[in-house]
Amino acid sequence: MKCCVCKEREATVHLTQIAGDKIQKLDLCEECARSKGVNDPTGFSLADLLLGLGASQEMEQAAAATKGGELKCPRCGFTQADYKKAGRLGCPDCYQTFAEGLKSLLKTMHKGPRHIGKAPEQLRRHLDFKRHLAQLQRQLAQAIETEDFEQAAVLRDEIKHLTAKPAPASAPRK
Amino acid sequence: MNIHTFLAPPAETARRTGPHDRIVLSSRVRLARNLRDFSFPGWAKKAERLTVVDLIRPAVEQLPELAGCFSESMDKLSALDKQILVERHLISREHAARGAGSALALNREETLCVMINEEDHLRMQALRPGLQLRHAWEAVDAVDSQLEQKLNYAFSLELGYLTACPTNLGTGIRVSAMLHLPGLVLADQINAIVQSVSKLGLAVRGLYGEGSEALGNIFQVSNQRTLGETEPAIVERLEKVLTQIIEHEDNARTNLLEQRPKILFNQIGRAYGILTNAHIITSKEAINMLSFMRLGADLGMFPATARALTDELFILTQPAHLQRLHTGKLSADERDLVRADMIRERLKTMERPTPPPPPAPSPAAD
Repeated sequence: MKCCVCKEREATVHLTQIAGDKIQKLDLCEECARSKGVNDPTGFSLADLLLGLGASQEMEQAAAATKGGELKCPRCGFTQADYKKAGRLGCPDCYQTFAEGLKSLLKTMHKGPRHIGKAPEQLRRHLDFKRHLAQLQRQLAQAIETEDFEQAAVLRDEIKHLTAKPAPASAPRK
Repeated sequence: MNIHTFLAPPAETARRTGPHDRIVLSSRVRLARNLRDFSFPGWAKKAERLTVVDLIRPAVEQLPELAGCFSESMDKLSALDKQILVERHLISREHAARGAGSALALNREETLCVMINEEDHLRMQALRPGLQLRHAWEAVDAVDSQLEQKLNYAFSLELGYLTACPTNLGTGIRVSAMLHLPGLVLADQINAIVQSVSKLGLAVRGLYGEGSEALGNIFQVSNQRTLGETEPAIVERLEKVLTQIIEHEDNARTNLLEQRPKILFNQIGRAYGILTNAHIITSKEAINMLSFMRLGADLGMFPATARALTDELFILTQPAHLQRLHTGKLSADERDLVRADMIRERLKTMERPTPPPPPAPSPAAD
């Protein structure tokens, strides 16, 4: 049996991981096993590796489905083939480049498709600001609809005041 | 600065205590972060990696939490230095394999360790003895919040913190604990535990390998999912599961003592016999035997000082730590001799294990 990473040397390290009701098997040659840190005492790389290899298959399928040929990250030049080799992406932008292929993978890998945890504070403030503004605008529209012009004027001034001040943070890149 | 003079001697680290440290050896929370404008370390060219180190290292060194820290580029550390850090569980093996373009910062107390350009630009981890996941999370969270003001993190509203591997995406958090579970192993319950824990989306791994034949009955439990859940929720879930594992391990020990004491005493007695009499011992055998000695100490079969001593030997018998005590390069075979000599010497005054007094319905019975 050939090693599933380098596809060259004979696989001598065989690993099985059970996560939930999924069984994943992995056959590696000694060299790849070592370079992937299979014996790593902090031991997290194996799961990453397994899932990473799974991801490359998903990405291939997605690419085949869109008939787009091989995807390449415009910023860092990373390709699907590279992902298959490394199980890691090239740069932050790769998440956009390979978004299609990653989508279903992320779903099986994680609890939900959206991040709901910590965010950098600057961004958080910016988001709060935007949310607040949107809320005021909604209220304004409602006030106009119900012809509550007094309230509408108050809201209009508040929005003006809010937007006149520079936003607490410049819009972060997506 | 020299890493050997910086690190606390093993005798000192072995005396660090924390809640539930009979069973939970240590708690760890790690965050993965990347800079927005650079390729991930595995893909970046060396020049780019060096730029990233130059950006991150000063920011890290200025943190009050890291005042007086050990900070060094990975190419300035010898292979032995790095291996020592791996054996202390301070850096990953992957990081130890790196050279120029990667760096490390470690605080005085060895409770906070930042790896620069490991798999991600930044991997910061907080370590605590015993079960202290929440403290570890708070510590690493505080460090992260300071660094985010100086560094432009790669963050997406939808996907959270962007990481080199999609398995870390979102929170970039890995919460883990190292557990000593000889009771569950002896009682043959470990596989059932491993399976039920896996079903909860958590990973269980051995100290140096996979599966149930973990070296020294030491297991690591960690979260696997990082996206779609908040950090405190992940910490709390792990804490709940760990609390249950601790209970199971305690029960297994009690049951063994009550129902199959001979099996228990046999293991512990043999471990003592081998450790105090062997002249050749591999690190694997040493760890396995030390594990049972530690269990014996937990059960009161050895004097109270035995626990810290076994923990110290856990560290000292590792290959790089052994090598450091000797000037000439030791071969693996030579290490096995030197290791056995050291263990015999350190256990010279340790008395033979005595079966513990029967447990407590009548506390007066001694």
